[in-house]
Amino acid sequence: MVTGEHTIKQYDQELESLRARILAMGGLVESQLRMAIDCFEHADLRKADEVVEADEQVDAEELELGRLIVNLIVRRQPAANDLRLIMGVSRAVTDLERIGDEATKIARAARWVHEKDVVTRTPRIRDIRVSAEAALSMLRGALDAFARLDPLAAAEIIREDKGVDEQFRLILRQLITFMMEDPRTITGSLDTVWVAKAIERIGDHSKNIAGDVIFIVQGEDVRHATPEQLARAVSQPI
Amino acid sequence: MDVSIEALEQPNAAQDALVLKAEVRELSFFYGDFEALKALSLPIYEDRVTALIGPSGCGKSTLLRCFNRIHDLYPGNRYQGSITLHPDRIDILDRAIDPMDVRMRIGMVFQKPSPFPTTVFENVAYGLRLRGLRAKAMLADSVEQALRGAALWDEVKDRLNQDASNLSGGQQQRLCIARALATGPELMLFDEPTSALDPIATASIEELIDELKKRVSILIVTHNMQQAARCSDYTAFMYLGELIEFGPTEQIFLKPSKKQTEDYITGRFG
Repeated sequence: MVTGEHTIKQYDQELESLRARILAMGGLVESQLRMAIDCFEHADLRKADEVVEADEQVDAEELELGRLIVNLIVRRQPAANDLRLIMGVSRAVTDLERIGDEATKIARAARWVHEKDVVTRTPRIRDIRVSAEAALSMLRGALDAFARLDPLAAAEIIREDKGVDEQFRLILRQLITFMMEDPRTITGSLDTVWVAKAIERIGDHSKNIAGDVIFIVQGEDVRHATPEQLARAVSQPI
Repeated sequence: MDVSIEALEQPNAAQDALVLKAEVRELSFFYGDFEALKALSLPIYEDRVTALIGPSGCGKSTLLRCFNRIHDLYPGNRYQGSITLHPDRIDILDRAIDPMDVRMRIGMVFQKPSPFPTTVFENVAYGLRLRGLRAKAMLADSVEQALRGAALWDEVKDRLNQDASNLSGGQQQRLCIARALATGPELMLFDEPTSALDPIATASIEELIDELKKRVSILIVTHNMQQAARCSDYTAFMYLGELIEFGPTEQIFLKPSKKQTEDYITGRFG
């Protein structure tokens, strides 16, 4: 009795292709986000265009992966671990595409801030950079956990989201203070709010991707799970 | 592998009062010297469909045939252990129990539709006549009930006196189901009931099984995993005469506990 690989080799290849493609999409989105953050921080408007172009590629990947997944389902009628993998990848594709959209929003906000020449009247918030780096780190961690199918690492990423949410609230408070003190900063501040919100959403989507890893490996759906439920889900023997 | 009946029972409030219909305890079966079943234990729940799956030679049909003592028909076969039928707790395998009594309570439907070489009516009436039912009106009534129960009445009510072999494959299979239903069984055994049928006939049999389980407990052997996933509430995976895993179908097909089970249902056995 030989186990491990499917009797139908084509099925193995299709699943491997799916895995490779989602990781490639993850890499694309990660670099897209990196560019968007740099763009906002350093006013590199060329990068803004690159981020928008990259997003078109990400959208195309979403469609292609969606097609592959539907094909797999109808032809292979996947069960157990194969089914969980396909479902998990399907969810992760959506979250990655959303991260791409948020990165694009950050790049567009950068363009507005600098084109409208409101740079001097935009509050420099150190926390934006910190928060952006945290979100990027969450995305990297989630993709890494996905590549290694590591539920414990995934659970760590999920826990990090609280920090990103908290940072968003902090940034919001600071911006409100700025706006109240000097109404001329309102335009720039609002653009910064969109950026902060986009970063917070990226944290959420990265958390979702981490959750997908746990679903793939453990079969546990940890969306909306309490910290205790999460701990229990990843502590079960595989 | 040792799986005790206690470990396998699944009392679960969410599954609205599971009741045992039968219990297999430490059942071993020998074709002569060959041990085809190795100390199996598993529960069969009332008004639920339990599927037996596994590769060829795993013993699933052998297990199924213990339930109605068909193995008795051949010399050299030997049972060890017990199959207890509830609620009266009789051991089906007890030598003192007449197999005919068992077969009145436990009906079987085979892979190849096998109507008797007689009329539609007589096919269904056979078991009833064996039991001593003679009154014409009552016989006719019981036959109609059984045919309705098998979702066949409307198609055959005007041809009850025709030869059963005139029916299509799917109809013949439903006739065999009606024949088994006629004696009011508590448990129905299905041995790959749709392998010989086309997809439409298969779907109608599966639909029928879903209806039947409201009134009768069902044990089905199938090599079609999607069928097991569609039709059953509980699934038992067997390999080389052993029970590898038993559990709610949803769990077996989404997150089985044993790698062997997962390999089998995902097509990694080979």
